[in-house]
Amino acid sequence: MSKTKLVASEFMPLVSLKTYISGFAWCVLLTLLMYFVAVTDTISDVAAIAVITLFALMQFTLQMVWFLHLGHEHKPRVKTAVFWLMLTIVFIVVGGSVWIMNNLNYRMIHNPGEMRDYIERTNGF
Amino acid sequence: MSQISHDAASQNRSMVGFWIYLMTDCMLFAALFATYAVMRNATDGGPGGAALFDLPYVLVETMILLTSSLTAGLVLLARQAQNRKAVLSWLAVTGVLGVAFLVMELHEFWLLVHEGYSWTTNGFLSSYFTLVGTHGLHITVGLFWLLVLFAQIMRKGLTSSSNKRLVLFATFWHFLDVIWIFIFSIVYLWSGRL
Repeated sequence: MSKTKLVASEFMPLVSLKTYISGFAWCVLLTLLMYFVAVTDTISDVAAIAVITLFALMQFTLQMVWFLHLGHEHKPRVKTAVFWLMLTIVFIVVGGSVWIMNNLNYRMIHNPGEMRDYIERTNGF
Repeated sequence: MSQISHDAASQNRSMVGFWIYLMTDCMLFAALFATYAVMRNATDGGPGGAALFDLPYVLVETMILLTSSLTAGLVLLARQAQNRKAVLSWLAVTGVLGVAFLVMELHEFWLLVHEGYSWTTNGFLSSYFTLVGTHGLHITVGLFWLLVLFAQIMRKGLTSSSNKRLVLFATFWHFLDVIWIFIFSIVYLWSGRL
């Protein structure tokens, strides 16, 4: 049986030990930093949330590019296009849900107490 | 030559198809994250995440999963060298780390349920168990896939089909670590701060 010959392709670009080791080291560092920011009481809540989010996004970008080889393709860039489509939908679903649900009480005609009275009075909807 | 280009075209199709699956899986997780974000404070008077989550324990879980992502990369490196023994060894290490992660997660779930905080307790815990549990389910499926790949390579060696599957498996495993970054930061690390 002849040995399969492996060449760099869009399916799988050639990988190097150096990329994996440095990618891993960066991820460990970012994870530890995120953790210590989260558990350190002297850092304010807003700053902690912001820094944790920033480090999470850095780690996300690093892993997408170094481990999942995003952007490593020729035209037509189907993978990259689908990735941006995914981000758009994620943004709409998550951002939209949080936005609507946080504004729900404000946008209702009744406050929750009045709403309950109304439901009781009218015996359900 | 035509065989090689045919293989390359078929491999690229597999990767594009698999990539579209992964991206739609991101959308599934986005829906679960959105549910969690909305239900986070719906504790029905019970304790929230800050009181329930054991952050040092979750940090260890995170490190184990991250290390398994590295060893999945080493599987690809061994595949590149067509070193069957190294491929099998790193696959085994990845599998052991994956099982360790899963056992820790199930232990965490078991402790919560044992203390009376199950998925039926309140909206917050329902969304928490659904989100983290769905990730755990993906890990479980990945472990079965790993087992099948391992057996295939043991019996038949590094054939063109197992070569292809190794790349798709490693991509899947890296992807699961990407999802975990957000579970670790949003579900666990944000919990005491919001």
